[in-house]
Amino acid sequence: MKVLVAVKRVVDYNVKVRPKADGTDVDTANVKMSINPFCEIAVEEAVRLKEKGVVSEIVAVSMGSKQCQEQIRTALALGADRGILVETDAELQPLAVAKCLKAIVDKEEPQMVILGKQSIDGDNNQTGQMLGALTGMGQGTFASEVTVEGGDVKVTREIDGGLQTVELKLPAIVTTDLRLNEPRYASLPNIMKAKKKPLDTTTPDELGVDITPRTKTLNVEPPAERQAGVKVADVAELVEKLKNEAKVI
Amino acid sequence: MSFLVIAEHDNAELKGATLNTVAAAKAIGGDIAVLVAGAGCAAVAEAAAKVEGVSKVLLADNSAYEHQLAENVAKLVADLGKDYSHILAPATTTGKNMLPRAAALLDVQPISDIIAVESADTFKRPIYAGNVIATVQSSDAIKVISVRTTAFDAVAVEGGSAAVESVDIADDAGVSTFVGEELAKSDRPELTAASVVISGGRGMQNGDNFEMLYKLADKLGAAVGASRAAVDAGFVPNDMQVGQTGKIVAPDLYIAVGISGAIQHLAGMKDSKVIVAINKDEEAPIFSVADYGLVADLFEAVPELEAKL
Repeated sequence: MKVLVAVKRVVDYNVKVRPKADGTDVDTANVKMSINPFCEIAVEEAVRLKEKGVVSEIVAVSMGSKQCQEQIRTALALGADRGILVETDAELQPLAVAKCLKAIVDKEEPQMVILGKQSIDGDNNQTGQMLGALTGMGQGTFASEVTVEGGDVKVTREIDGGLQTVELKLPAIVTTDLRLNEPRYASLPNIMKAKKKPLDTTTPDELGVDITPRTKTLNVEPPAERQAGVKVADVAELVEKLKNEAKVI
Repeated sequence: MSFLVIAEHDNAELKGATLNTVAAAKAIGGDIAVLVAGAGCAAVAEAAAKVEGVSKVLLADNSAYEHQLAENVAKLVADLGKDYSHILAPATTTGKNMLPRAAALLDVQPISDIIAVESADTFKRPIYAGNVIATVQSSDAIKVISVRTTAFDAVAVEGGSAAVESVDIADDAGVSTFVGEELAKSDRPELTAASVVISGGRGMQNGDNFEMLYKLADKLGAAVGASRAAVDAGFVPNDMQVGQTGKIVAPDLYIAVGISGAIQHLAGMKDSKVIVAINKDEEAPIFSVADYGLVADLFEAVPELEAKL
């Protein structure tokens, strides 16, 4: 079966971003960009399903500027077979991304779409669920285990307080949580091979999708700083402070 | 303005997260209806009807909603939500799973995880793992919002006397079925609801050493959490993880034991009222947010603390 994997270009997780001085946006000039870690887990899961013989083709999709090709190439180096870039320099919000993905799903007709549960820039945690609504597919979000059995996929989900398992009819949507797998490193030969894999480019217009933003960011600011308190000398002083100063025990 | 608040419950009990979500709706101001979707959940609707500030309870009692399957509940929420200016759900795993799906059915771009209300269409929310706070304005006709529960003080459990109306809709999308659930059983309070939380990090060295924290927790009536490092190392199960991608907690007292204080952990606990850090590395970033820092070997300090309480 065919699997579609969504990959997003984001500020690398090791970079500490800061708001611009005028508060219009975060400062991403000269910052290292990478594939969103949750998306990397999604690629890895698709590749593992291919290695098990469940999946025959993996299509990696990204959206945004031309540079998103880099993240598609990363996915191709990890084992995806071909890539699709939906190119636009306009702001893409999760609803618009879900609509573009829906248009690609209609064309490609994958049996499964695997996405990261959230991206580490916007922290929205929405796209997979919205793609589920638009396609009518079932959704296994925050997955920690994925098993394909015949025409169904069983997904174990990380929920508050434990784990939940659901069974979805294929085609279905899966969004990855951190512990679904540990992504491999791309080997040099695979990075070289990835450069020759096909990568098609389209646009939201060509897909017939209106990407007009629905929300506007009015301001970005650093969070309220918490002041460091005092160092206590020993456990006795700690207990005394907690009892008499903070009055929390 | 009119609000539809989606109740968090397990068919038996109304969960506290609902009270914080009602509080967020109250902060905007208007008529608040609470939707209880489940199976055999009439008692939950009764409890929701008593909550302060609630003017109506909608009860959708049907087997299709028993396990809160997003495919079914989202359809119900989208159907009912058309008549409201705002739809709110707590940013729990249940809310995060269902709400964006409902929003897409309504052709709305939802706003996740709000921490403050600026006006009826403008909200603050953390991005970049809490490193940045964005103020976001929605131009959609219906605002669909998930609420970070720790950012809003719960409304009172009592004080309301809303009417309960039955909703006769049974949306079974037929694409998903519930197989099973494995919930961690514990006599200690739930992490996100506890007034005291003790968390262990990589410094705990192994899972057995967490026994020390459990003992201390039992003395304080506390819940026990962990950093991502401790979870990734396999010391404890992942539902104990406190942090941006785990649980967000804001107890009265947070005790971080053997936790260095990575930014993504701080994002999950920095709104706690009082923070205590116990770590032998005095340069650990956790000390920069701690009200009380103790530079000590945790294997000596924790038992001593337990003995002195």
